[in-house]
Amino acid sequence: MSRMPERRRIRVVPLLVSLVLFAIVMRAVLALPTSAEGLSGAMTAGAKASGIKNVVTAVLLDFRGYDTLLEIAVLMLATVAVLSLRARPDALSRKITDTAGPVLGSLTRAFVPIMIVVAGHLVWIGSSGPGGAFQGGAVLGAAGILLALSGYARPRWSAGRPMRWVLAVGLLTFIGVALLPLFGDGTLLQYPDASRKDLLLLVEVLLTLSIGASLTSLFLASASDTSAEERS
Amino acid sequence: MSSHYVYAMGGVVLFALGTYALLARPHLIHKVIAANFMGSGVFLVLIGLGNRTAAEPDPVPQAMVLTGIVVTVAMTALGLAIVKRYYSATGMTTLDAPGEDGERR
Repeated sequence: MSRMPERRRIRVVPLLVSLVLFAIVMRAVLALPTSAEGLSGAMTAGAKASGIKNVVTAVLLDFRGYDTLLEIAVLMLATVAVLSLRARPDALSRKITDTAGPVLGSLTRAFVPIMIVVAGHLVWIGSSGPGGAFQGGAVLGAAGILLALSGYARPRWSAGRPMRWVLAVGLLTFIGVALLPLFGDGTLLQYPDASRKDLLLLVEVLLTLSIGASLTSLFLASASDTSAEERS
Repeated sequence: MSSHYVYAMGGVVLFALGTYALLARPHLIHKVIAANFMGSGVFLVLIGLGNRTAAEPDPVPQAMVLTGIVVTVAMTALGLAIVKRYYSATGMTTLDAPGEDGERR
């Protein structure tokens, strides 16, 4: 506790840096025009043409597909990095707790199937309303973390090669679909109009699986580490 | 002044607070949290300013923020994993070398 006052001391240089940044950014924000249409008109028109009713989903997968592709690559790379930092090779399949009581256990058994259905629903609804691969993947990831925290051991394959395929399948499929038009006369990420919806749905579903697996792995790769330290 | 400016200015405040904490706090977990603060500030600015339209909000900033949230999750997880590994390798939670009168590297 004796370190507390010393740690709370205001440091001058960081304070100056953050105040200067604050002034610059605030000035920039206030200098913007108070009303701007941005790209909403063009996007709404484009979404109608692309057959995806939800504009945000259309922007993510179609108009700015490159961003989303790179984002999935970032998530993959982070997962690979976190997995290579894990302390035990079986971090993904090991039980991390055996103290979960009967209430948590039965609640988890009731909730996880519902969460899987919700994740599927979110992906499906993503073409016309709020939802999509990231939302569905987040629910799947939460289901995986909930399972782990309630003392369920994961199957052995979840630490091995099959899990790596689940982690990679979303990105690989996305890259494949992005490259597909290059074999015809299209450009990168230019989906053929006839099969656009089906291709996007395929990408979304596989992305959901990969994102869910990534989020669970990101959590477990570090989480089981701690309980190992506490027990030994 | 309409409500989206409140969000945007709140985002700038969060960003500045995060910058200060990132620079001033030596604890590595504090730095990870501070980087998250800065990211949330940027998201608030983007979402707030994307709302300056007459009718429907601009979907492009929303999609960018959705992308950004996923990247932030990845960044946070990687940062925390590195901090944990650093802690188990050195037993330290800061980058300060012990016994060098707080000199920062």
